[in-house]
Amino acid sequence: MANEKQLALVIDLNVCVGCHACVTSCKEWNTSGWAGPLPDQDAYGKDPDGVFFNRVQTFECGTFPNTETVHFPKSCLHCEDPPCVPVCPTGASYKRESDGIVLVDYDKCIGCKYCSWNCPYGAREFDEVSGVMKKCTLCVDRITDETLPPDRRKPACVLACPPGARLFGDIKDPESEVSRAIRDNGGYQLMPEAGTNPANHYLPRRKTQSVVHEDQLQRADNPLSREAEPPKFGGPTIDDASQW
Amino acid sequence: MRPAFSVLFLTTLIGAGQGLLIALVCGQLFLVVGTGDASLSGGFYAMGSLLALVLLALGLLASFFHLANPTRAWRAATQWRTSWLSREVIALPAVMGMAVLYGGLHALGWDASLMHFANGKSLDLTMAVGFVTVLACLALFLCTGMIYACVKFIREWHSVWTVINYTLMGLASGFVLAAAYAASLGAVVTGLYAGTGLVLIVLALAGRAVSLWRNARLKPLATLRGAIGAPHQNIRQVTQGFNGKSFNTKEFFHGKSPETVKFLTTFFLAVGFAAPFALVALGMGSAAVLWLAVMVQYVGLLAERWVFFAQGNHVQNLYYQRKA
Repeated sequence: MANEKQLALVIDLNVCVGCHACVTSCKEWNTSGWAGPLPDQDAYGKDPDGVFFNRVQTFECGTFPNTETVHFPKSCLHCEDPPCVPVCPTGASYKRESDGIVLVDYDKCIGCKYCSWNCPYGAREFDEVSGVMKKCTLCVDRITDETLPPDRRKPACVLACPPGARLFGDIKDPESEVSRAIRDNGGYQLMPEAGTNPANHYLPRRKTQSVVHEDQLQRADNPLSREAEPPKFGGPTIDDASQW
Repeated sequence: MRPAFSVLFLTTLIGAGQGLLIALVCGQLFLVVGTGDASLSGGFYAMGSLLALVLLALGLLASFFHLANPTRAWRAATQWRTSWLSREVIALPAVMGMAVLYGGLHALGWDASLMHFANGKSLDLTMAVGFVTVLACLALFLCTGMIYACVKFIREWHSVWTVINYTLMGLASGFVLAAAYAASLGAVVTGLYAGTGLVLIVLALAGRAVSLWRNARLKPLATLRGAIGAPHQNIRQVTQGFNGKSFNTKEFFHGKSPETVKFLTTFFLAVGFAAPFALVALGMGSAAVLWLAVMVQYVGLLAERWVFFAQGNHVQNLYYQRKA
């Protein structure tokens, strides 16, 4: 199932600050759009429950005191070998040949949840109100909407991300922004041992360091006069001379 | 994984139904190839098939409670090329159809001889249909087992033992049920069914013990390191991203304590295997004791299925460890 075109997200974990703006914008767009509703139960109560296509998780890596915090947005990875698709008994789960987006046909889904068992990433969430399985659509109703200006034809999460940690594009096009980001910044796939070949990639955390050498602190290249004691004049100054 | 009662009832009920059908055909074959003159009336097989049909239908009914949109269930037969679930959806009605055919032919006494052999025996229509019924039952066992065995993200299930155990436990419960049924009617095959049932209980117990042993020694498929791709040995989740519940925290966790799972494991080994073995062995021939064995065994196998689900630890659980 090698698609000519494969739309995907590239998420830069070095930039993500864990603000959940992608989570809320995703929910806002999709609950009222083609993929909606994304119903909540007991939303303002003690034990809220609900459907989201995107979650931001936080991990602590390393051993104290040498730890770092990784904010980790997680949504459907639109795998190139999606294990959730062939197991669907009704054909409701499918991967679009035109752009590689993995979607659910809500009119065919019987709500058996078997697809979710076959996703190692927990990307699918069941809508108990409609009784169908739901998942990230890459905002298929936005990105294909030609009434929108071209620069707005992106998933809601990408448009919402304040620091710009999320990129969107065709990973099969070697000159696309996402392909370059993967190539240049060590983009990787999640859980390669699962054999799913995810389309979404992540860019790793990078330590930002600047090396300062000793001689740079010394100002060795400056004229000595600037660093030295100001000259002391024993004789009359120009002010003295002008006192007469 | 969360044990869904619809699936627990589905798999145990159809397992017993398939086992009973296979037992009936085995009984017929035993009497046909045997040297004695003993035989059973068509009514014995017809009533037995009806009993199996009821179990299969109850299982089918239970399966509908697993679906959120049962009115679309017919669509589930369309993807048989790729989905074991779809194959089961085809195989289950096929087995039910074979049960109707096998029992119906016996009830009507339509039993033409299809082939004659040199030793004076012949292959009758009902026997031939019986063989096809057995094949259909075995195909359904394969489909049911493979639904779980092909989920590679649940290591406890992703094994040939899942298929073997579903088959052996279904056969064991079917033969014990057949023994009780035969004993009630005073049929000559009671001993055959009870004896085979004992062997099958032991085999099923051995298979289940192997899978319990295997599950206790499994290495996880993935670690957090690969799950988030951070090159660290020591990673812990600070938050899964929400304080409430989600599908991911409900469907993939059984929500009971490890002690409950441990207790139910002991319970099903005792009640699903040891107790029915003792009842069948000691009360051989007594219909009341055999029916008691059937009921005790069924309760035990329900518990077994619960443990089977509860022990399934899905890879996605790596992402759902902690709230903050």
